[in-house]
Amino acid sequence: MHIPDGFINGATSLGAGVLAAGGLGAALRQGSRALKDRQIPLAGLVAAFVFALQMLNFPVAAGTSGHLLGGALAAVLLGPWMGIVVLSVVVIVQALLFADGGVSALGLNIINMGLLTAIVGWGAFRLLMAVLPKRTASVVGAAVGAGWLSVIVSSLGFVVAYALGGSGQAPIGTVLGAMTGVHSLIGIGEGLITGVIVAAVLGVRPDLVYGAQKYDLEKSRRLTPGRTATAGFVALGLVVAVSLVVFVAPFADSNPDGLERVAENQGFAATAEDSVTAESPLADYGVSGVSDERVGTIVAGVIGVILVFAVGVAILAATRRKRSRATSNSGP
Amino acid sequence: MKTAHVHALYVHGKSPVHDLEAHVKVAAMLLFVFAVVATPREAFWAFAVDAVLLAGAVRAARIPVRFLFGRLLVLIPFVLFAFLLPFLGGGARTEVLGLSLSIEGLWGAWTILAKATLGVTASIVMAATTEVPDILLGLDRLRVPRLITAIAGFMIRYLDVVLGEMHRMRVAMLSRGYDPRWIWQGRALATSAGSLFIRSYERGERVHQAMVARGYQGHMPVFNSGSAPVGSWARAMTVPSVAWVVTIVSLLT
Amino acid sequence: MSVPALEVRDLSFEYPDGTPVLRSVDFHVHPGERVALLGPNGAGKTTLVLHLNAILQPGEGSVTVAGLPATDDNTHEIRRRTGLVFQDPDDQLFMPTVRQDVAFGPANFGVEGPELEHRVMDALEAVGMMEVADRPPHHLSLGQRRRVAVATVLAMRPEILVLDEPSSNLDPASRHELAHILQSLDITMFMVTHDLPYALELCERSLVMDEGRLVADGPTAEILGDRELMRAHRLELPYGFDPSLVQPH
Repeated sequence: MHIPDGFINGATSLGAGVLAAGGLGAALRQGSRALKDRQIPLAGLVAAFVFALQMLNFPVAAGTSGHLLGGALAAVLLGPWMGIVVLSVVVIVQALLFADGGVSALGLNIINMGLLTAIVGWGAFRLLMAVLPKRTASVVGAAVGAGWLSVIVSSLGFVVAYALGGSGQAPIGTVLGAMTGVHSLIGIGEGLITGVIVAAVLGVRPDLVYGAQKYDLEKSRRLTPGRTATAGFVALGLVVAVSLVVFVAPFADSNPDGLERVAENQGFAATAEDSVTAESPLADYGVSGVSDERVGTIVAGVIGVILVFAVGVAILAATRRKRSRATSNSGP
Repeated sequence: MKTAHVHALYVHGKSPVHDLEAHVKVAAMLLFVFAVVATPREAFWAFAVDAVLLAGAVRAARIPVRFLFGRLLVLIPFVLFAFLLPFLGGGARTEVLGLSLSIEGLWGAWTILAKATLGVTASIVMAATTEVPDILLGLDRLRVPRLITAIAGFMIRYLDVVLGEMHRMRVAMLSRGYDPRWIWQGRALATSAGSLFIRSYERGERVHQAMVARGYQGHMPVFNSGSAPVGSWARAMTVPSVAWVVTIVSLLT
Repeated sequence: MSVPALEVRDLSFEYPDGTPVLRSVDFHVHPGERVALLGPNGAGKTTLVLHLNAILQPGEGSVTVAGLPATDDNTHEIRRRTGLVFQDPDDQLFMPTVRQDVAFGPANFGVEGPELEHRVMDALEAVGMMEVADRPPHHLSLGQRRRVAVATVLAMRPEILVLDEPSSNLDPASRHELAHILQSLDITMFMVTHDLPYALELCERSLVMDEGRLVADGPTAEILGDRELMRAHRLELPYGFDPSLVQPH
């Protein structure tokens, strides 16, 4: 989702630009400290690889298609800092050379597609690895989860930007529902592809998977297609179940009119009357611009995702304990 | 052999805009886009002036109109979103042709369509008249961190190489009778993407070795193509300066 | 006798796992000589080449380029003296334009301004590629890219040009053009190749390497004519090719 110019107002775009520059600068400093001069050509090659992958579209449902973002993938393969750098360079090149994504929205796009996907992807990966057994199949499963979550958080980033400075005042609840709903599906594709790519690399050059370097996978059995498939299906099943519960159910069952009416009463009636100041930068920082309800909705969404993820992690941890107890009982 | 190509936006040709230095064009484009984004949505006349300015630039750059419209297609998802806004938007409503539309939503749709179109067009004018290596040199001159421009340079250099490898792998797959189209068939595709990553990574290592062999010690050399004459700046800045005057006037009135 | 352009003494090297790759390799190349290094896959040729540029450090023995020993202290100068042309020009040509790529080497050695420009144009002229200076490398044909790759190294004014499989994958016309260009260069040359007629055409002397050892060193025509030697080291002349019938230059 490359945001064009004018979609988000100038002040928010500019603020996002500052934030993105700071984040990217930090990633560059951290990345170059850890990775040395060899990494410049490497980062360029991996950026070309991510760009090529993003050109592959996969059908999601009902005529919509998604393409890979690649942030979680890059983070698992290269580490979070290089992941951020690589994705940001991809976004910058797309804006300047291919007019894909507005140049004034560059900061927003870097945050959504570079910073958020790599950081969240990496965080989710590490968290899942912390509770999963340290096996090759777990690395693949964790990559699936990381890919899925990174897409949803990226779409949440879009919703937050829209809430802060979006044009047209579409009810945030509706935007949130539509975005996260669609992206929880797109995320499945992202997760699966991330997982299979990580599995393929693990099979040939496990040393290239940064995320797996910490774990002594030598001890685990070699990755067989059957085991990857199982890991993939378990992760996918979890992801689908969780998506349905969190994103589809509430928006299908609850009363969207209610959300709209709240938004109408609280936020937009005021801005509609005074639209000149609404467009001025200060309006966005005013109380009326960001109504409590909208923030509440987003916070609820974010908390929802985190909760779901925590529940998933807890389930995994529980099954693991059960399994290890089972193996210790049966063992000598 | 090479069938996969990424078509950057560059349009071969000679024009006063092609002749301008890259960093001047990038700076002018950025200033113009920010002027457009800062324009209040009620100032229809201001957007009209911006559009006329941009049309002048397109003409001066001799960019084919058909090419321009082709590239504007990237906006389609957002145009769809813009058309939904009048129906979804909150606030006061108005009747148009018997439909009840949100006034805020209409404003939003207008803002997105106007600003996004002007923004993309400005980007296209810059990218269509500047060769890719010059854009990178221009970014260098505009003090974009070297690390970013260097990585971007490697990325652009190897994009065709990586796409060529991707294409050959796909041909190899097709020639053995496998044509994955759906996500549940994506496994083969993703597996080859895995080997594509390994190939890209290993090429990165070989490139590094080739750089070291020619004395690379961790700092990319800087090649400056000389500074731009005042005349270039003056010519390139006419468009964004008028746009900013328009924006400031429209903000004050 | 003059100082050898390249002197390799008793060079041994093994992989970290202990597999020996080079075993007591010993030879030297005089200024102005053109020498081919022949041998089957896995003989250690590429490993040897990487030593000549101090990318690999010798386990035992030494490498000396124009009198300067390749030690940790002078790797940088060694890399200027040994101009290494890699097999895949896509690995070698990494900058956005040909001009920047050719300038990359000398710029790393502090050459700048008009002198840099001069070096770039000289090197491109030597390989007949002046007209592509401002094009991106990926828009060139393989033959053109390989010629530009030679130019990127020539611009550093090396003491010795080291080429890894210069003729691989070239069509016959490009292969011939490159041979013509290499012949026209007034520089010491060390060339790794599987293309035996190419070695015969370009190099008066050849070394044969197998299993990490030098097994032969002599005039190229004699080596290619020695059927026993050739068969013993998996070297095969093209069908119908008889080195004794080729006129020396």
